[in-house]
Amino acid sequence: MARKLLLEHVHIPGINTFEVYRQKGGYRAAEKALRTLSPEDVVEEVKKSGLRGRGGAGFPTGMKWSFLAKPEGVPRYLVCNADESEPGTFKDRYLMTHIPHALIEGMIVASYALGANTSYIYVRGEMMPQIRILERAIEEAKAAGFLGTNILGSGYNLELYVQPGGGAYICGEETALLESLEGKRGNPRIKPPFPAVAGLYNCPTVVNNVESIAATVPVLNIGGEEYAKIGIERSTGTKLISASGNINKPGVYEIELGLPVEEFIYSDEYCGGITKGKRLKAVVAGGSSVPILPANLILKTAKGDNRLMTYESLADGGFASGTMLGSGGFIVFDEDQCIVRNTWNFARFYHHESCGQCSPCREGTGWMEKVLHRLEHGHGKMSDIDLLVDVSKKIEGNTICPLGDAAAWPVASAIRHFRDEFEWHVTHGEEAQIRNFGLAHYADPLTVES
Amino acid sequence: MADNEKLKVSIDGIQVEVAPGTTILNAARQIGGDIVPPAMCYYSKLQGSGGKCRTCLVKVSKGSEKDPRPMPKLVASCRTTVMDGMEVQNITSNEVLEARKGVVEMLLINHPLDCPICDQAGECHLQDLGFEHGAAATRYEFERRTFERIDIGDKIQLHMTRCILCYRCVFVADQLTDKRVHGVLGRGDAAEISTYIEKAIDNNFSGNVIDVCPVGALTDKTFRFKNRVWFTKPVDAHRDCPDCAGKVTLWYKGEEVLRVTARKDQYGEVEAFICNTCRFDKKQTSDWVIEGPRKVAHTSVISANHYETLKPLPVVKENPKLQEANKYQFERSVRL
Repeated sequence: MARKLLLEHVHIPGINTFEVYRQKGGYRAAEKALRTLSPEDVVEEVKKSGLRGRGGAGFPTGMKWSFLAKPEGVPRYLVCNADESEPGTFKDRYLMTHIPHALIEGMIVASYALGANTSYIYVRGEMMPQIRILERAIEEAKAAGFLGTNILGSGYNLELYVQPGGGAYICGEETALLESLEGKRGNPRIKPPFPAVAGLYNCPTVVNNVESIAATVPVLNIGGEEYAKIGIERSTGTKLISASGNINKPGVYEIELGLPVEEFIYSDEYCGGITKGKRLKAVVAGGSSVPILPANLILKTAKGDNRLMTYESLADGGFASGTMLGSGGFIVFDEDQCIVRNTWNFARFYHHESCGQCSPCREGTGWMEKVLHRLEHGHGKMSDIDLLVDVSKKIEGNTICPLGDAAAWPVASAIRHFRDEFEWHVTHGEEAQIRNFGLAHYADPLTVES
Repeated sequence: MADNEKLKVSIDGIQVEVAPGTTILNAARQIGGDIVPPAMCYYSKLQGSGGKCRTCLVKVSKGSEKDPRPMPKLVASCRTTVMDGMEVQNITSNEVLEARKGVVEMLLINHPLDCPICDQAGECHLQDLGFEHGAAATRYEFERRTFERIDIGDKIQLHMTRCILCYRCVFVADQLTDKRVHGVLGRGDAAEISTYIEKAIDNNFSGNVIDVCPVGALTDKTFRFKNRVWFTKPVDAHRDCPDCAGKVTLWYKGEEVLRVTARKDQYGEVEAFICNTCRFDKKQTSDWVIEGPRKVAHTSVISANHYETLKPLPVVKENPKLQEANKYQFERSVRL
């Protein structure tokens, strides 16, 4: 049984209340930090742990914290990004629903480390139940003296607020989130300046994902060095994976980084294999934004090594034959799924969610969606496929925020790996309305035997 | 660093020394010429503008003297400040030209291209941009986005279909007028510039949204469909205005003042914002002190029909046959 740090007590009834969470060893990390450690020690501990941002980019959390500007007399802020809206990702919602105090405790630890006296949890607007759960948890923590003024007699003050989001995917981009939190339209800001210098209300700000903040609790509990021993190389610790798609056991799993992808999909401890004994066709490994990979490339790298659930192994081969761990939204497609339809679905999402600020993304996402719609419905042309590649290239890297890249990668990678399926949609337009293309040569026959 | 210290930056191999805090675009403008990146949304007089249209993308091949690493992505030159020793590639980089072509194509796919009936034609930045950087044909085969026309007050019309969402007018409404009533509604390619529920902007400086608009999305209703800009003659004039600087350009057709605008420089930016009284209500020559003809770049279509500078070669003057052949030109120059 793999080691669980975040979801260890998730099945205990009442773990969402303060009493049960405390009984199970909760708030020990907060006590340890406030009573025995200086803020610098906490940052150092997180640095030692090698914890990397769990929201998608995978930037080392400790390093991000140490970049925070600390001018005299200017307040600093910690903002928790709980605007989880990436298709295929639902780990933060799960964590906040079941163990809200893990996030609250993490917020106390992180705020203390950063010297923030006011911190915000920006929760996606659609997650009203989770907002209520968090507000109740904050009340409980306050009543127990873990929030407010002079926490545990340390002289440190912290006010924690929950802010419902503005109802847009783009508000999960850190600078758009800050704009939205300030009460403005959620448009990403042009960087530099980075939030670490001028963020919320023009003050130095750190924006962290829910899971990254919650992970600081086990880091302090077991110690940074111990935490770094879990996982492989620069991918340390455990990670929540939201598994969905054609698998027998969809859900949120805590894995130790370094788990082979094959084991994750087929072992009964995790996904439990493909539904109805079908064959694996493709996997989107880290939420809808990351490149899609066919079965043979997701199980083994282009070099023939086993693909592992780590930041490095999934990215092995670059964009030609690799993908990204991203936010851990693991979507599995079986042989019956249509890649063109799925790509169109993703493109439709990004078209809908583009903020409209910069022209390549505003116009290009809509264009890609329309072309994909045409391809999927049997009216496409052979030239459309190259057109899509070209449009995605014109968007990628030319926008203010990463939404443009996120919209371009799924389309570019789907065509890169499943080009014959796109071509089949053009040549067999009417047939494509009745049946799907099927598996073709994507699946690795070896994996079917196992 | 001392205040008077200058930073060295090279753009397409041309060296220039600029003050700290200057953006790449403004450094390029100090050099001038072909290496100046086009800018559709940046407006030096409006704080916070720029970064949105992505036409001014450039490649930074050397970050600075201290940190010579190149920047990983193309950057918006209007919002990136120069560093000492920075090396920038604009028209010498194929990557930049390719990206710019893509941006122009994106800007045009939902633009109606109704130039023949658009008042902005002839002084439209999107026309210039498309002419210089765009492709001859579009690859877009779908219905273009359209909107209803909206009247913003009795003098300004918003034709959102033509808008490229540069946000300049939003910044004008935010920074020049006292009530913030003009903004962006909606998201993505459904985003539109508007006042909430078609509310009029009743501010004396609201007319400046027309001048800052790079396309024909915001037009002057007192001028709409009156004439093509290249048939009018721009003349600089001023008056003693209690509200603004009163320095304007009058656009004449014969004896009649068809419209009044602020004076625009070579990048299409106004020199000074003007008030609505000057713009909409003072359309008599007697209201103004005439300064002289406005200099218009010879490349502009506006200067194309101005024959007052017709200077026939000596040989034409001496030869009656040639004089007869050019009779029409002489007559027209007298008429104009």
